[in-house]
Amino acid sequence: MSGPTPAPIQPAEPPPPPEVPGAAETTLSLEPPPAAEPTPEPAEPAAPTVHLRISRLRTGDRKPHFDEFECTPEPGATVLDVLIEIRRHRDPSLVIRHSCMHASCGTCGVRINGREALACDTKVAGLTAPTIDVEPLANQRPVADLATDMVDFYARLEAVGFPLVRSAEVAAGAEPPEGVKAYTRFENCIECGLCLSACPVSRTDRSYLGPAALAAAARVADEPRGQPLGPILALAAEPDSVWRCRDAMQCTAVCPSAVDPARALLGLRRRVAFGRVRSLLGRG
Amino acid sequence: MTEGERALTEGRDKDAPLDRMSPGARADFGEAAGSAPRNPPHVLIIGGGGTGAAVAHDLVLRGLRVTLVERGEVTSGTTGRHHGLLHSGARYAMTDRASAVECIGENKILRRIAPGSFEENDGLFVALTDEDAALEPQFLEGCWQCAVPTRRIDRAHALRLEPGLNPDLRLAVQVPDATMDAMRMPLRFFATARRNGAEIRTFTEVTGVTMAGRSVRGVTVRDHAAGRDYEIGADIVINAAGPWAGKVAALADVTVPVAPTAGVMVAVRGRHCNMVINRLHAPGDGDIALPQRGLTVLGTSSWPVDDPDDPGVPAAHVETVVRETSNLLPAIRGAEIRASWSATRPLIGESGTQSGRGMAREFRCFDHTLDASPTEGFVTIAGGKATTLRAMAEVTANVVCGKLGVDRPCETSDVTLLPHSAWYAR
Repeated sequence: MSGPTPAPIQPAEPPPPPEVPGAAETTLSLEPPPAAEPTPEPAEPAAPTVHLRISRLRTGDRKPHFDEFECTPEPGATVLDVLIEIRRHRDPSLVIRHSCMHASCGTCGVRINGREALACDTKVAGLTAPTIDVEPLANQRPVADLATDMVDFYARLEAVGFPLVRSAEVAAGAEPPEGVKAYTRFENCIECGLCLSACPVSRTDRSYLGPAALAAAARVADEPRGQPLGPILALAAEPDSVWRCRDAMQCTAVCPSAVDPARALLGLRRRVAFGRVRSLLGRG
Repeated sequence: MTEGERALTEGRDKDAPLDRMSPGARADFGEAAGSAPRNPPHVLIIGGGGTGAAVAHDLVLRGLRVTLVERGEVTSGTTGRHHGLLHSGARYAMTDRASAVECIGENKILRRIAPGSFEENDGLFVALTDEDAALEPQFLEGCWQCAVPTRRIDRAHALRLEPGLNPDLRLAVQVPDATMDAMRMPLRFFATARRNGAEIRTFTEVTGVTMAGRSVRGVTVRDHAAGRDYEIGADIVINAAGPWAGKVAALADVTVPVAPTAGVMVAVRGRHCNMVINRLHAPGDGDIALPQRGLTVLGTSSWPVDDPDDPGVPAAHVETVVRETSNLLPAIRGAEIRASWSATRPLIGESGTQSGRGMAREFRCFDHTLDASPTEGFVTIAGGKATTLRAMAEVTANVVCGKLGVDRPCETSDVTLLPHSAWYAR
């Protein structure tokens, strides 16, 4: 049995790709397999080469460093497509999180050129900077490379007891079928942590509850689903809660799932403030 | 070697084949009434998808020591990419009744053990043409035979349930389909398995299978996060690698008849339905649309691939899926595409070895001791679908427990799973 071996540090010049058929110099060409319909696809113009810098960190490293990669993604490729291709053909040690590929699971959150985004939801062609920097989310414990540990994020979310299923918005005139009391759906929040990473208050104040948890608290306040509201509002009224927000609105700007934490937080403030007024008037 | 790895390989005479141990010795670990087994056999699972998660959950409940290794994040292969349908079984009622029976059974069990993980809005099978409508008697009869509940819905009623449906529809049939979060439902199996003692190691890729002759003794892995290689000993290794099962089996010089078969899915902006909308006709491309938060997920196509890692997303398939599903829900035609992607199904293929133990029609558990060229200590679970993950695990755990002489029944039908967020708890 071999003992621990040191991490092979990826050189700035990426090694030649392994012998994979169809994966020679244009390492990122996703050769479409034979389609079910034999319709020939129009030839795409030659895709431009992009320059990526990926933040690298092995468990136990003190500081991350950048590894650089040149690649030629297919038109329409996302940053996640590129990262998966790099791991597959260039560097199998690249640690990335991903699951659903369509902005529903929230696992592939990263910072792209300093901005929080889902890698699966970011088209390479839409990025204008000459170099694409990909870094892990901030305000979370690093695991390795682009993966962070979501444990602190979920600890905050757990504090408000966030249920996954909510009542569905229903089209005008729609009724649920027999046997279904009311249409339900999953909450918009995909628990990706982009808002926590982008929040300037969270960056300096680790005890701040943060935008995702406060937005979740606002959702519970709007639709309690059997949860008592008292503890939620008490949590929201604590010093590290709604009043710590400085209205930077970065959470809402980066949210990939239309949660609008900034707006939710304003609503929660209003509830907390009303609660205070009511208790001052002796009606609490 | 760290304490953890040493603990995995110590405490057992690794050179004593299990089948030579006396029955009494085999049963010894689990028989101390009321107390935790002192030295249970160690089972290693390769693959952190829904199947591996459910197998880990089942085996720790039966008192075994379980380690699961996954090369990436959990659910990063096929599991997380599926469209999120909790099958009622109705899709198979006309063509594959064994699958239909299994789906409706598991559908009920999963709703019970994973409450809060489903949008329980039911589904519709929608007939758009005379040809579709002519299938109604056959479809209803098939569902009835398989105990899949149905309710016939006329055109006007269907449009009240789902105003976005094609107004030219002929009729619809309501069935107990539901939708799940393709990652968060399996995460509940991972979370519960770990709470019960399973060790789940992500970013840990199997690089080899260690063997003594034709007996599997464990695996060598590479921990990508730490950048180190090590070995894990095991009494039995379970190959739960989905469409990668063939590649994993090859490491042990074993063949499994898994035919990786890719399919394209498309997510469009807008929630165009609340129920699962299926086309009432023979299974084909673009015959399903499912709500997923603020999106509608459209599926799917099907083609064989050699490499499960690299199916690509053929533009022609995206077009077909959008065109066909917009016949069901016309607003899809003008909706913005948020994402299109492929997932690779682990179908059981006709080629390859026909030996092994066929345990059910649409998934199979192979005890490779029964192969023409027998390999000890190696079991593959292949085929199946997200809806049947628990049943796949039960069959696999039965095989593994049978080999190890463990006489503990499956409990997973009755154990409520921890919430998905427990996976992220310390």
